[in-house]
Amino acid sequence: MAQTYRKMLVDPMVDNNPITLQVLGICSALAVTSSLQVSFVMALAVIFVTGFSSMFISMIRSQIPGSIRIIVQMVIIASLVIMVDQILKAYAYEISKTLSVFVGLIITNCIVMGRAEAFAMKNPPFASFVDGVGNGMGYGLILMLVAVIRELFGSGSLFGFTLLQTVNNGGWYVPNGMLLLPPSAFFIIGLIIWAFRSWKPEQVEEREYKIQTVEAH
Amino acid sequence: MEELLSLAVKAIFVENLALSFFLGMCTFIAVSKKIATAIGLGISVMIVQSITVPANNMILGYLLAPGALAWAGFPDVDLTFLGLISYIGVIAALVQILEMVLDKYFPPLYNALGVFLPLITVNCAILGGSLFMVERDYNFAESVTYGVSSGFGWALAITAMAGVREKLKYSDIPDGLQGLGITFITAGLMALAFMSFSGVKL
Repeated sequence: MAQTYRKMLVDPMVDNNPITLQVLGICSALAVTSSLQVSFVMALAVIFVTGFSSMFISMIRSQIPGSIRIIVQMVIIASLVIMVDQILKAYAYEISKTLSVFVGLIITNCIVMGRAEAFAMKNPPFASFVDGVGNGMGYGLILMLVAVIRELFGSGSLFGFTLLQTVNNGGWYVPNGMLLLPPSAFFIIGLIIWAFRSWKPEQVEEREYKIQTVEAH
Repeated sequence: MEELLSLAVKAIFVENLALSFFLGMCTFIAVSKKIATAIGLGISVMIVQSITVPANNMILGYLLAPGALAWAGFPDVDLTFLGLISYIGVIAALVQILEMVLDKYFPPLYNALGVFLPLITVNCAILGGSLFMVERDYNFAESVTYGVSSGFGWALAITAMAGVREKLKYSDIPDGLQGLGITFITAGLMALAFMSFSGVKL
């Protein structure tokens, strides 16, 4: 049993990553990846919400009438997000200001709903919790990866500590300003997906149209 | 009036919900394979957005904001912490009502848009629009303008994206980039293009 839990936790990181494979939850979070600290907090918030929402939904899964299940799930998720939001406002006000609307947007983060619907409605609470945490971590992993690239090359620092001394501060590194702008996140994710799929070729999508070479006569 | 116009231009181009805030990305990527469906979804988002942002503005103004309950005799009550749950409730309920109204009175429109409506409840662009409205303290007129124009901006982005992807499927793309990867990179290029509007001021 321990083996399956471990698999459930690790699987969503690479083999079945919510962002690069299931195309879930890209929605809100990419705008927060320009600094590592903020993305770290965001990743923790998402892990917390996916884990506990899956667990609570799974606890009451046999009591929820099918026709209103989406609303019930939504209420549970929204309550958890409100908790996270209030905690951030109380203990990390600066970060909560930078995250602005994106904490609230965890409610509509497709990963949370997706796991609730696809997994928690059919499985026992603890398994759902592990699955939720695993998917949250898979999401967090990509988030941190993007943030490391963006912060390191965009402003020469990690977690706010300067690693590459920028020219403006008398150092040698000329920061790439584009990495601080939103479009760069798209490029980085696109390239990460490329890297993932070259590593795991079974994730490559089928072509709609095959390009054929016609032999010359 | 001028202010509203400049707000609209800003919401459509400079602060485009899809391309500069990454909102509604799941549907943006998943439903942008054909122009016709993209237009359908874009129009639905625009309609829902134009209703929900002003509706949430009124909820905030008359129920949730500090002191907003003064008309009911509770001037000291501050219910802002209930914001998130009320906005999403309003959105879910309005989408449901819209679906029923369309089904009853405009069946052709319902047949065209019906499949997209449930998707919209969990579209981050809708909730995001309401949250931005709250954060930026829009009044009622501004929230109507913002709702319509941000919805339009999103529709514009997804339609353009679908146009690009329809052509893109004939091109020879490296295996690993096929599908999702190249879509992201295209979205990035479009976002760069939209950023060139940022100097525009009216």
